[in-house]
Amino acid sequence: MAEYRTHEYDVLIIGAGGAGLRAAIEASGHGARVGVVSKSLLGKAHTVMAEGGVAAALANVDERDGWRVHFADTMRGGQYLNNWRMAELHAREAPERVRELEAWGALFDRTDDGRILQRNFGGHAYPRLAHVGDRTGLEMIRTLQDHGIHQGMSVHMECTVTRLLTDGARVAGAFAYDRERGRFLVFRAGAVVLATGGFGKAYRITSNSWEYTGDGQTLAYDTGADLLDMEFVQFHPTGMVWPPSVRGILVTEGVRGEGGVLRNSAGRRFMFDDIPELYKGQTADSEEEGWRYCTGDPTARRPPELLTRDHVARCILREVAEGRGSPHGGAFLDISWIGEKMANHEEHIRRKLPGMYHQFKELAEIDITKEPMEVGPTTHYAMGGVRVDPETQMSTVAGLFAAGECAAGLHGANRLGGNSLSDLIVFGKRAGEYAARFAKEHGPGTFDPAAAEAAEREALAPFHREAANGENPYQVQYDLQEMMQDRVGIIRHAEKLQSALEALEQLRERAGRALAPGSREYNAGWHTALDLHNLLTVSEAVTRAALLRQESRGAQSRDDYRGKDPEWGKLNLVVRKEAGGAMEVERIPTRPLPDELAKIIEEMG
Amino acid sequence: MMAQATFRIWRGNSGGGELQDFTLDVSEGMVVLDAVHRIQAEQAPDLAVRWNCKAGKCGSCSAEVNGMPKLMCMTRLSSLPMERPVTIHPMKAFPVMKDLVCDVSWNYEVKKRIPPFRPRAPDAPDGTWRMDQRDVDRVMEFRKCIECYLCQDVCHVLREHHKHDEFIGPRFLVYAAALEMHPLDEGTRARLLWEEGGIGYCNITKCCTAVCPEGIHITDNAIIPLKERVVDEVFDPISRALRVLTGRRGAAT
Repeated sequence: MAEYRTHEYDVLIIGAGGAGLRAAIEASGHGARVGVVSKSLLGKAHTVMAEGGVAAALANVDERDGWRVHFADTMRGGQYLNNWRMAELHAREAPERVRELEAWGALFDRTDDGRILQRNFGGHAYPRLAHVGDRTGLEMIRTLQDHGIHQGMSVHMECTVTRLLTDGARVAGAFAYDRERGRFLVFRAGAVVLATGGFGKAYRITSNSWEYTGDGQTLAYDTGADLLDMEFVQFHPTGMVWPPSVRGILVTEGVRGEGGVLRNSAGRRFMFDDIPELYKGQTADSEEEGWRYCTGDPTARRPPELLTRDHVARCILREVAEGRGSPHGGAFLDISWIGEKMANHEEHIRRKLPGMYHQFKELAEIDITKEPMEVGPTTHYAMGGVRVDPETQMSTVAGLFAAGECAAGLHGANRLGGNSLSDLIVFGKRAGEYAARFAKEHGPGTFDPAAAEAAEREALAPFHREAANGENPYQVQYDLQEMMQDRVGIIRHAEKLQSALEALEQLRERAGRALAPGSREYNAGWHTALDLHNLLTVSEAVTRAALLRQESRGAQSRDDYRGKDPEWGKLNLVVRKEAGGAMEVERIPTRPLPDELAKIIEEMG
Repeated sequence: MMAQATFRIWRGNSGGGELQDFTLDVSEGMVVLDAVHRIQAEQAPDLAVRWNCKAGKCGSCSAEVNGMPKLMCMTRLSSLPMERPVTIHPMKAFPVMKDLVCDVSWNYEVKKRIPPFRPRAPDAPDGTWRMDQRDVDRVMEFRKCIECYLCQDVCHVLREHHKHDEFIGPRFLVYAAALEMHPLDEGTRARLLWEEGGIGYCNITKCCTAVCPEGIHITDNAIIPLKERVVDEVFDPISRALRVLTGRRGAAT
């Protein structure tokens, strides 16, 4: 048998963003030996890019808020396909998780009486997002990172897991390579937590970093775990659209929370034109009322710019499709107009949105205190992911846990802004705790050394392929992104989805011929070739689930099935690998809401 | 705007290397990182470069562009003299691993040595604290740091004199300042900053401040107040104690 450098932990955590680090802190706190594997350097995960805030019903700004309202908002935003127990736990536990961050050193903006300030965001009934200007993610990941390094976790930076290793039906470890040298290593672990984030890199226009290639979802799927709700991919309505090289980079929803408005090329504030029935009662009916809401008037209702992300994204696309878009194919997002309402608006904007000010100034040469931004939808978040138990976060494979964006269930058909950062800390903590318990109860597993050797052969394949008909992995990745953008994007149709499945087969064949010239040391081409398997797996899962769900709901818009179908409103979709290796999609009924939770939704509606 | 441009990229590893020229079409709005990615995709698939967010938020893509420490994702080609080749070199204060990627693990070890946040007892019975926005704002500047290590790269104590064993560098002085001036923190790091952190090595040339992509006033707002604090706590503890007892505020408190 080949010799690998081997590390042994009680709990192995794959991913070092907010969910992974919170899980690591919790597992360490339960006495587990914890190893964290990170594809990048510590502190660079996608969490760092989260801008707007962390949703938690602290009720510091509006005392009408509470966990029940947060729960009802989350369920409504998710179009009731959420796992209600996760939504309940999330709403109940988020405030405590935020207060804990403060105890670990995070500094949030303050209210006049010195408590944590909260801001408005789409789909939230009251100001609920604890924030730090528009760099909340940085504050959060740095706090977890700095607190975590004193808790005894071992961090393996720039290290990528390619396969999970199993002991019969349970997980027993992982096979990985280190990016620096390209050497292989093996982790033995009693439990594994997947916290790898999403898969926005399957699309061309995305807010996600290179790391977001669906690793956790694919590792879980390949190990036999269920994936859930994969059709629901969130397109954030406001990504940058100009210049071309920054297309997709996020413009925080905080801009709209602070009073930013959307206009078309005719200068019309088009969001007032189409307010969904579900939200009519809670939406402002005049521009004046919308502005009062943004300034914290508790008697005002929210402006239509703060409707859910799926709806805002579709409205922008409609304006573009009907010839009223901005010059580069988006819409205008204007915060500078608040100069009409306040004297020192330039300083106010720079203080509330420093990151956005900087980003537009540096990358687009636009001063957002004086000019509107041009924005359009960008692939942002995967509501779907590994199917988990709501209490423990364990997947359908024993000892394999998942948390954060990599897991599914909390957000249903569409995620509310701010519910991602709270998801990370609420379910990161739970995953860490229950993984530590599992490892303690079951001890380490053993695995067949042949599995590690097979993983090594698979990983090295791109170096050994025939150059004659070889493929450039970057080109295959690019073609996949173009194809998914075009055929499995915001507006979907059966024919296009069907043709996407055929294209995926061809892309898979090409990925099988992808070459890695050069050495194994820090070889980006090699890593791109290896990531293709993951991107193709999640892309197929999204496409198959999108094809089967014959309705439009939340993030899924079907041109051929417009509108919601009540029957589909009671169904989740599970994707798993058949014994023969093919991908199957199964409809499962949602769990009926218990009476007391149904009552909350009714009262808050 | 569509034109040909030349990029002169350092390629090699810890054993040595050399600059290599790549020519490609560039277009409006491109940043240096876009060019590096295009070279990687079309001409040099194994080219090593770090990046994550491409929006100046993660601090991964630090390098030296025409000799200046920069984030490649925030350096627009239109800000450079494109009639000449654009030279891209890895950071010089750290050992190179491959091409544009350095071994920055030393920074992570340094951070572990700095005593962590230690909050005062909660202000309210529910276990929460009260803070004034003004006190929070003062530290926010330091907490904006994205750990790109460009300040470490440009600091002559590390870059020229290689005092990595004796000096923690501007980043960790900023980090220490963020903890020391945190409205809730009760820890003390002044003696450590003097004895192990080597704060005395900093002679305030402000090179770190000049390259900070977040515009943090590293020298004026972090290092100088820390130096004052060191003087107070390490060299003049009696007058400090007197000031505390009499309620007179010193410059560094």
